[in-house]
Amino acid sequence: MKYLERRVVHGMLLLIAVSILCFLFADLAPGSFFDEMKLNPQISSETVAALRSQYGLDQPLPVRYGRWVKSVLRGDLGYSFAYNTPVRSLLVIRARNTLLLTTSATLVAWLIAIPLGVWIASRSGGWEERLAMAGTSFFLSVPELVVALVLLYWVVRTHALPAGGMMSVDFDDLGAWAKLCDLAAHFVVPVTVLVLASLPILIRHVRASMVEVLGAQFIQAARGHGIGRLRILFHYALPVAANPLISLFGLSLAGLLSSSLLVEVVMGWPGLGPLLLEASISRDVYVVVGAVMASTLFMILGGILADVMLVVVDPRVRVE
Amino acid sequence: MGTEAATGSAVRSALVEARGLSKQYVQRSPFSRKRFVIDALIDVDFRVAPTCLTALVGESGSGKSTLAGCLALLEKPDRGGIWFAGNEVSGCGARELAALRPRIQMVFQDSAGALNPRLPAGQLIAEPLEIQGRETGKNLRARACELMEEVGLSADWVDRRPLEFSGGQRQRLALARALALKPEFLILDESLSGLDLSTQAQILNLLLDLQARHALTYLLVSHDLGLVGQVADFVAVMHRGAVVEQGTRQDVFGRPAHPHTRQLLNSCRGIESAFRSARSGGRS
Repeated sequence: MKYLERRVVHGMLLLIAVSILCFLFADLAPGSFFDEMKLNPQISSETVAALRSQYGLDQPLPVRYGRWVKSVLRGDLGYSFAYNTPVRSLLVIRARNTLLLTTSATLVAWLIAIPLGVWIASRSGGWEERLAMAGTSFFLSVPELVVALVLLYWVVRTHALPAGGMMSVDFDDLGAWAKLCDLAAHFVVPVTVLVLASLPILIRHVRASMVEVLGAQFIQAARGHGIGRLRILFHYALPVAANPLISLFGLSLAGLLSSSLLVEVVMGWPGLGPLLLEASISRDVYVVVGAVMASTLFMILGGILADVMLVVVDPRVRVE
Repeated sequence: MGTEAATGSAVRSALVEARGLSKQYVQRSPFSRKRFVIDALIDVDFRVAPTCLTALVGESGSGKSTLAGCLALLEKPDRGGIWFAGNEVSGCGARELAALRPRIQMVFQDSAGALNPRLPAGQLIAEPLEIQGRETGKNLRARACELMEEVGLSADWVDRRPLEFSGGQRQRLALARALALKPEFLILDESLSGLDLSTQAQILNLLLDLQARHALTYLLVSHDLGLVGQVADFVAVMHRGAVVEQGTRQDVFGRPAHPHTRQLLNSCRGIESAFRSARSGGRS
């Protein structure tokens, strides 16, 4: 319990450090959200100065940071200049969409990677392993963006699935079942891209951990006791091979808010990706800081969750 | 050690016999099409007499553990056959193998690696019993406790995990697990290596006591001729994948025929004194 408390305190300190760095870097970047208004002859420089003053951008950095901290404590996470609304309300909707996408992709990727990695490890040295390694090497070397573009090209050519977005234009008019089908159809392409991007790494990790354990003498001993192949693979070897995989799973959770940003932009998925891109281009600072803080929070929670899972799954972690 | 009478009868009928056993390991270079072939066993003929202790000696890499693995039916030989209790077993299918496995058990050198680190001692011993349908429910734990006590471990430690035992205690635990299925043939693959002399002698005493109680047949794989000279009824010497000499301990140690055996004997280091003192202490 003390360990958990210590990790939470460390996590909070990390969040504070990240927030300070975010503000510093945002301040170092040239220009601000209102600078583009100066180019518009219809807006006077007095109006721009008044807007800057209204949003507190004329204040020194520590004062702006202090105001932002107050707004975080209120639960607003700052104010978006572009959307004229508290950042929290913006982030919540976009993060929900992102999480819907990444959670499904992570789940699918792990559900495929574990049995496939275990099977490949059990075929160590055979042609099946060589084929699988060649396949994973190929997908590891192809950038996520290329996979996304190829799939989009195929979808546009064949009209087999919706090409982009999260729902059809007439979504609100559909019945409950049709809505579900429409959502599922929109899920397929971005989820496939994300799965193809993460699957090779996961398969290789599962395989490597399993190959090491399958070479252990206790596996031979289990065979000697007449214990069946499937039981040896999933009941004996996999739990022992699980520790590095649990840490990797923690990383997967940590990346839930940040792993799909590029794919979301390419696929037009209304998640954090497009929001963060727009906010970065338009210098909507508090939105950028809010998104980075949310990603950091997930990183920290993913790490803590992985550690807790290690303790739950491996009794030796407590003993040692 | 078996008696002279037992030794005499054992020569006539073997419990385990290998004929013309060959095994190769092939390694492929990751960068080229080159294949590295290692002849681990070359046309090996080998016999293990019932209720006796046969020792398989030789330097590291001579093929002892490969032969032991083949006799334990954990490795498949490329050529040759293995007979157990008069029946050929090297070509057995999965179902026949499953029925045979409880009769042949193996205790490995690295007890830490040979025991699943996740499972407590009780479950380690009970699982083979459960899988083979020998015991069920509460009897499993009771039988595990009995076996632990039989090998000199306290039954109170039944919930401890392997890493909470010392090296010697872990080897006893591995022995208890191997004995759980009441095997006829027990292969001790360097099981006493890596233990200090006093623990080695204690476990050796335990093995000999168990042999007397359960009429066990042992194959002791070792590179320690001093140890073998104390306990073996029969000795086989391996060199570069072949059995170069095989016979009673007295013959092999007294009149070594092969130059490699003579070389091994010259370099042997004994544990005689430690063994004797531990054995006299244990029996008093």
